[in-house]
Amino acid sequence: MSLNDSIISVDNLSKRYLLGHQRERERYTALRDVIERNVKGVIRKTRDLVTGRQIVHGDAVDEFWALKDVCFEVKQGEVLGIIGRNGAGKSTLLKILARITEPTKGRIEISGRIASLLEVGTGFHPELTGRENIYLNGSILGMTRAEIRRKFDEIVAFAEVERFLDTPVKRYSSGMYVRLAFAVAAHLDQEILIVDEVLAVGDVDFQKKCMGKMQSVSEDGGRTVLFVSHNMQAVRQMCQRVLLLNQGEVSFLGEPHEAISAYLGQGGSASATTVDLTDYPRTRPPEGARLLEVSFLKPDGNPALTIGPVEELGVSVGIEVMTPLRHFNLAMALVHGEGLRVFSEAYCDEHPLPDLEPGTYRLTFRIPMRFLKMESYFLTLSMNEKSYHCDHVEGILLPEIVDENPNLQMENNRWGVVRVPVGWEKIQTM
Amino acid sequence: MKKHTLIIEAGRAETHYWRDLWRYRELFYVLAWRDVTVRYKQTVIGILWALLRPFLTMVVFTVVFGKLAELPSVGSAPYPLMVFAGMLPWAFFSSALSESSNSLIGNANLISKVYFPRLIVPTAAVVTSFIDFLISFLILVGMMVWYRFLPGWQILLLPGFIVLAFLASLGPGLWITAMNVKFRDFRYIIPFLVQFGLYISPVGFSSNVVPENWRLLYSLNPMVGVIDGFRWCILGGESPIYIQGFILSFAIVSLFLLLGIRSFRKMERNFADQI
Repeated sequence: MSLNDSIISVDNLSKRYLLGHQRERERYTALRDVIERNVKGVIRKTRDLVTGRQIVHGDAVDEFWALKDVCFEVKQGEVLGIIGRNGAGKSTLLKILARITEPTKGRIEISGRIASLLEVGTGFHPELTGRENIYLNGSILGMTRAEIRRKFDEIVAFAEVERFLDTPVKRYSSGMYVRLAFAVAAHLDQEILIVDEVLAVGDVDFQKKCMGKMQSVSEDGGRTVLFVSHNMQAVRQMCQRVLLLNQGEVSFLGEPHEAISAYLGQGGSASATTVDLTDYPRTRPPEGARLLEVSFLKPDGNPALTIGPVEELGVSVGIEVMTPLRHFNLAMALVHGEGLRVFSEAYCDEHPLPDLEPGTYRLTFRIPMRFLKMESYFLTLSMNEKSYHCDHVEGILLPEIVDENPNLQMENNRWGVVRVPVGWEKIQTM
Repeated sequence: MKKHTLIIEAGRAETHYWRDLWRYRELFYVLAWRDVTVRYKQTVIGILWALLRPFLTMVVFTVVFGKLAELPSVGSAPYPLMVFAGMLPWAFFSSALSESSNSLIGNANLISKVYFPRLIVPTAAVVTSFIDFLISFLILVGMMVWYRFLPGWQILLLPGFIVLAFLASLGPGLWITAMNVKFRDFRYIIPFLVQFGLYISPVGFSSNVVPENWRLLYSLNPMVGVIDGFRWCILGGESPIYIQGFILSFAIVSLFLLLGIRSFRKMERNFADQI
């Protein structure tokens, strides 16, 4: 079988849900209205019952298309990330692939067995012991009892719950519970693995273990993984391609970095080196001054699509001041992956705080990329007048750090979120 | 590595369904084992409850119907044995019906998160009731030893009737289960049906007492054939068997089974959306 074969092929997939609505209960509802409403409801339900359509409770019925004409293909051995806002249709897509619910329109072809991990600990019964739950959960996920018996020791070792095997699971800590659940699922041997945000639970060690296992499953085992997550760092690290869903439709399919960019609202194309901040999502509306746009520049002043690992990234922020401000300040912060704040610097660190009249202004600063890893970092910009909030924007993705010089070696599996030159001296005999 | 292409499409009949049922066959046992094990967790006498319950029921029946009411038995068989032989399949049927009708809703978390042929869930519930049945059967054997009652050759046909009882429970169970997901009304119909059924099935009485002209109508109840058959096997020819009625019951059981499986399969597609 050649590597060009698609193991999953999705063609014009659509899924519709019917929603019922209760009409607003007005305060002075006449008995006549109540009767009329109920009779209409019964007639509608009976008609649906007879014609074989779905019966929906409520006064009026509405259509909701969770997925609209979704098309994509997955190659064997590929790790595909699926990202999107809440409600974009990611879980619905996984449910259809896992055959839990049926599509309304469209067609999917799958060549291989699917193991679906839509929830950690599916079927776990709190009264049963860890040992019993391993057999129960394994059977539900599709393993035979012989297979579970064979892998039993591996599973227990992975979960690190050997001492507690004969205790009912209801006594487990949440960490143990989740480790045991994932341990069983990690030892499935179906060709395709579908994982839905299961990394959202558990502590850092657990998440590292999960990611490690998923990577080894795909690299060593040649298995295909479909991975839904909100953790952009994990997506970037593990996936070769990323599918971005937006309100049920495919918004982007391609490079992880570009997809993440599009997800964060940067216009869906990495060629935009200037980010328009006027409509950017904010938690509070701007007061007194607002951020207009931010541009990324290479050291020579040209727009930066990507930036080299030892270059300085110029960041140019355009702002508009609406009312006269005294002691104006702009602060920037760099945030890594899922929200770890790396560092924060402010204009006031190097300049006295200015008083500004209404108008448009530009501030520029430079981030030395030498200190950053080749991963995703996000920029946060915050403006204030003395201690009063003016404007605050988060989640602006920095241009991708690309190593154009092949001789430089950057190790990215190292610990830490930054890189600091520690000045290694040459080794000597003691 | 076996490679078969699976096609998922709206309204497409699952061609792999029966093969999947075979592949997931262990789940029948595992789910039933789970339900039985959980029942006796953290109890002191544990699995002994499984024996104690039918035993006490049998004692009560014997005292109430045999000694106090002095109702007539059939042939030379002791009255308690006749009642117990009828009560056994009825208890299996009613418990199987109640358990299976709620099985899908009770396992809603599984249905909405994992794929396996949904037919396994209500069937596993019937298997759970079957395990209780087997334990009660031990009590029956104990009773036969106590009364020094030796069954005739008919006892060899008993496994056939046991299978019939299983199928008779499975058919309506599947149908009601499928209905119950959509219309929770059925949850309230079941206890009523079971209660009513107890009086029109030959549990407390023998089929002899039913007048001739009502016999055929009476045999529309599928459990009539099963219970009479049971009695006939256990009490060895001393209990009469009405052949036409029996064939009618058998037909009804088959009809319900087909109806149950068909409607279940049809509604199965939307379970995850409606549960």
